[in-house]
Amino acid sequence: MTSVPMTQSSAADRDAHDGPYLQVEDLKVTFPTQDGPVTAVQGLTYSVEKGKTLGIVGESGSGKSVSSMAVMGLHDAKSAQISGSIRVGGTEVVGLSESKMRDLRGNSMAMIFQDALAALHPFYKIGGQLEEAYLVHHSSASKRDARRKAIEMLDRVGIPQPDRRVDDFPHQFSGGMRQRAMIAMGLINDPSLLIADEPTTALDVTVQAQILDLLQDLQREFNSAVIIITHDLGVIAEMADDVLVMYAGRCVEYGTTKQILTAPEMPYTWGLLSSIPDVSASTDARLIPIPGNPPSLLRPPSGCSFHPRCVHSDKVPGDLCSTQLPELLPASSGTAHLKRCHLADPVGVYQSEVLPEIAPELVDELSEETR
Amino acid sequence: MFAYVVKRLISGVLVVTLVSIAIFLLFWYGPSSPAQPICDRETSNRCSAAKLEIYERTLGYDNPVYEEYGKYVKGIFVGRTLTIASNEYDCSAPCLGLSFRTKQPVKEELVSRIPATFSIAIGGAFLYLLFGVPIGVAAARRRGTVADKALVSSFLFISSIPYYLFALLTWLYLTITFEVPFFSDTGYFPITQDGPFKWFSGLFLAWVALGIFGCTQYTRFTRGAMVEALSEDYIRTAKAKGLPTRTIVYRHGLRAALVPVVTIFGIDFGTLLAGTIFTERIFEVQGIGWWSLEAVQGRDLPVVQATALFSAVVLIISNLLVDVVYSVLDPRVRLS
Amino acid sequence: MTQDPNARSEIEPTEVGANAAETGERRLTEEHSPETPDTYGSHEIGIEDLDFATLAEQGHTATELDPDAPAVLTVDNLKMYFPVKSSGVVRRTIGHVQAVDGISFEVPKGGSLGLVGESGCGKSTTGRLITRLYKPTGGSMMFDGQDLAKLSSREMKPLRRDVQMIFQDPYTSLNPRHTVGSIVGAPLEVHDIVPKNQVLKRVQELLEVVGLNPEHYNRYPNEFSGGQRQRIGIARALTLNPKVLVADEPVSALDVSIQAQVVNLLQDIQAEFDVAFLFIAHDLAIVRHFCPEVAVMYLGKIVEIGDRETIYGKPHHPYTQALLSAVPDVKQAAVGGRRERIRLEGDVPSPINPPSGCRFRTRCQFAQEICAKVEPPLLQIGKRHKVACHFAGELGSHPATPITTELLGVDDQGSPVPGATPTNTQHTIPGYEKTWYDLRTKQTTGV
Repeated sequence: MTSVPMTQSSAADRDAHDGPYLQVEDLKVTFPTQDGPVTAVQGLTYSVEKGKTLGIVGESGSGKSVSSMAVMGLHDAKSAQISGSIRVGGTEVVGLSESKMRDLRGNSMAMIFQDALAALHPFYKIGGQLEEAYLVHHSSASKRDARRKAIEMLDRVGIPQPDRRVDDFPHQFSGGMRQRAMIAMGLINDPSLLIADEPTTALDVTVQAQILDLLQDLQREFNSAVIIITHDLGVIAEMADDVLVMYAGRCVEYGTTKQILTAPEMPYTWGLLSSIPDVSASTDARLIPIPGNPPSLLRPPSGCSFHPRCVHSDKVPGDLCSTQLPELLPASSGTAHLKRCHLADPVGVYQSEVLPEIAPELVDELSEETR
Repeated sequence: MFAYVVKRLISGVLVVTLVSIAIFLLFWYGPSSPAQPICDRETSNRCSAAKLEIYERTLGYDNPVYEEYGKYVKGIFVGRTLTIASNEYDCSAPCLGLSFRTKQPVKEELVSRIPATFSIAIGGAFLYLLFGVPIGVAAARRRGTVADKALVSSFLFISSIPYYLFALLTWLYLTITFEVPFFSDTGYFPITQDGPFKWFSGLFLAWVALGIFGCTQYTRFTRGAMVEALSEDYIRTAKAKGLPTRTIVYRHGLRAALVPVVTIFGIDFGTLLAGTIFTERIFEVQGIGWWSLEAVQGRDLPVVQATALFSAVVLIISNLLVDVVYSVLDPRVRLS
Repeated sequence: MTQDPNARSEIEPTEVGANAAETGERRLTEEHSPETPDTYGSHEIGIEDLDFATLAEQGHTATELDPDAPAVLTVDNLKMYFPVKSSGVVRRTIGHVQAVDGISFEVPKGGSLGLVGESGCGKSTTGRLITRLYKPTGGSMMFDGQDLAKLSSREMKPLRRDVQMIFQDPYTSLNPRHTVGSIVGAPLEVHDIVPKNQVLKRVQELLEVVGLNPEHYNRYPNEFSGGQRQRIGIARALTLNPKVLVADEPVSALDVSIQAQVVNLLQDIQAEFDVAFLFIAHDLAIVRHFCPEVAVMYLGKIVEIGDRETIYGKPHHPYTQALLSAVPDVKQAAVGGRRERIRLEGDVPSPINPPSGCRFRTRCQFAQEICAKVEPPLLQIGKRHKVACHFAGELGSHPATPITTELLGVDDQGSPVPGATPTNTQHTIPGYEKTWYDLRTKQTTGV
């Protein structure tokens, strides 16, 4: 299970000394269950620099949340076996003691969750929960400092009358305001790494737009590294610099947002793109689903995990797809673009077969470009 | 909140009234004359039809039922004079009638028995909360381990024994078999008369029985509520903030887990305060529970009525308190 | 063997972990229960050895509009007010949640109308009114010559066959203790349509229609994945050959790759059985694909309704424009960064005490005095296009003065002009008129 270290090329030339703030290498997360070990993530390698955003895409069970929780050290050591390397700001996190880990959590790295109503404690005031997050990493600060900081953060994330709303309980906030408060709590200690796990999935589109605006403003202001986990490719397109596509616990495609969303080379990514309609696309575009269901992690398919659902495996000679796991190799569009697929000519297949069905209007553009 | 409490009190008064009417009617229309027990007692079981008639007449059982019920209610508020056979008894407000057996006002005996029952209830509940909740929390934190499984199954075994059997076995083993020093002389000894040590030693075994049995139940309640609370999203958030484990478990987990436990406890405790028949009988504590048992056996109508009313009032108040406490614990609950 | 999330939550997660924040594992067991996915595939028919061309062939393009289809369901001035009680000893009704406040629309036979809007706009309430899960406060819903709004529950029973519902959550809407066969077949027995010995045959037919293996009628819902359960829900809704299906967020609980499977299935069904859909969703892209006609709701009212090309291409209401511009666009990847969008500030106001005049005015950048004074009528401004806005116009070319003054007999500030004769515009018909008010010429025109 070799995976190419994909970080060097992009990171090294920009910042020779420091390197990316978050570096994950060959991460593997296994949970023992009654039916045997379940490997939720394996061979995962990626990195995020400060000021950059990585989008992680995948379906439920693809390992996108599990891998980020491993970065935060949120898995219980007794029930999750984690191997590989996770370096946050140069510190190796895998195998770090719980107390050292606690110093990092909520301080150098923070996480915001999907359902803010469930993720905030229903019995404590918003202000109290923010103060707690501040005080735990500022032992010398007074209660009053913490309260001032909490109000300041609520104001920063755009909550009206923060000095009054600080004493509200989570249920008294609207959905959008709760997510803002969640973000305020995540950023209260000025973390260098922010992981947002489906931050807008439960919200209405206009509120989603507000929250995404806010996240982007804050990232610019705090210059933090951001990981955004989502299944919404539209959110990825507008927020992320790089994209990591995960399937059955592995990275199947990785590259810049433009590479992944305009010139994908892995049939699963094609499937994701073809199975969502678009508000502005041609109405002649076909909606083409990915057949079948996500695989079992307990008994993952042999070879390429995606092969039972792949409609392009007939273009690969023999039974390569079902017998041999493809390696994560550079794609044709650039060295920073990696894909895990046996297809010999993915670009050709995408342009001649897939694109005419899912985005007929783009085919003409493409042919003009190539001319 | 205030309006809610007023509303609940009004409905509480209604319930108490209905309970009192129901008990009144049950005895009134029961298989034998309500005067029969007292007539039997006064005449040493030679109650003739003529004598029974005298008792019925003086006790007012020849009047219409609503009229007598009216007198009974009026007595509670302003007091009344009761006639049994040829003797007149003064019964000051709040008059709950005279005991057929002792001819004493029921109210006075009720008041004298409250300290015993309340002593048992408070001591027992204190013990089972003191041990049950922390053990439950500890089990929840170690759930799935051998220790947790052993604890849960042994506690489940204990709580599936009927309580009266459990209390009886506790008493038998501790006083007869092992003759535990100091504590074998069970019973209620008022602090004011016999001093704190006697009071404590007399009730100790009753507390132990109640405490162990309640502890097994509260461990399971707490464990269940805690397991649920610890799997909530906000616990993950607390961990992601970098809080120490102790803060996560107690400040975030236990706080939420306490809400269902407090709810169950409020109702349980109300039941205890209304009288613990088995505990009082087995450990010979002269409390309300035992008293009501004797009253039922002796068909002492006014005492049965009084104890039933008392438990109705205690339960209504404790339910109301639970609701108020609930709204304090959980800010999402608005009483209206 | 429990995949039902409800059943699962009853089981303490003792097997996997021993501490508080092991949410990773919890997630894992919830989202990806290890026992079954292996068997999921085998429920479905016809997914073995698919090649791309065949798969693409089965995929559908956006549904097209049939402008001549007669209306199967005509909703006129429909209202649903939920009472709000006061606190205190005596609970009086102190107000109403105006969940749906006078909406009118038509659902064409065999066609689909999309209902979009944000949470709390009343779109789900509308769906429940049409299936008569609620009894409306006012208005009418004409179906097959009868007014569904006026019928009693008993009179409604025979009509329930014709108006069925597909629910959002495939996990909670199927009874975990009943087999798939009895879930799908139950309506047949309730309505006593098919002889007992024919029920199984019909159930198997239906399972085949929704792409499930008909031999699996004896299985329980927990053996199926989310997408497969939604297929079961669809089969159940189809059992009685309904003429109208109300689909309330039918795909929003499903994984992205599965959503397209279900949307395609619904399109297949519509084409095969000529069912009309009222398609309620917050996902504007899915609605665009499925519905040739769309109504946009805000705070209990329809603010704009029209055909797909108009609503998505040339929306005239500031709210529709804001809604569309808020949708993140995959195509942005080619450009990079975020696209320019209309920012809506704040939250939707309370439906108990909605703003006077135009309900959107509190968040609208074009709002003027008239908007607070006079409610804009839902005015037909195109062949198949109605909009309720005093300043209706295409993005970037909203008029400076209200377009509605002459019709309403008011001046630019919304005060009545003495002696003016307002046209009765407060109530519009559910469908479209032959003539409409042209915004450019300010005249009534027609084809």
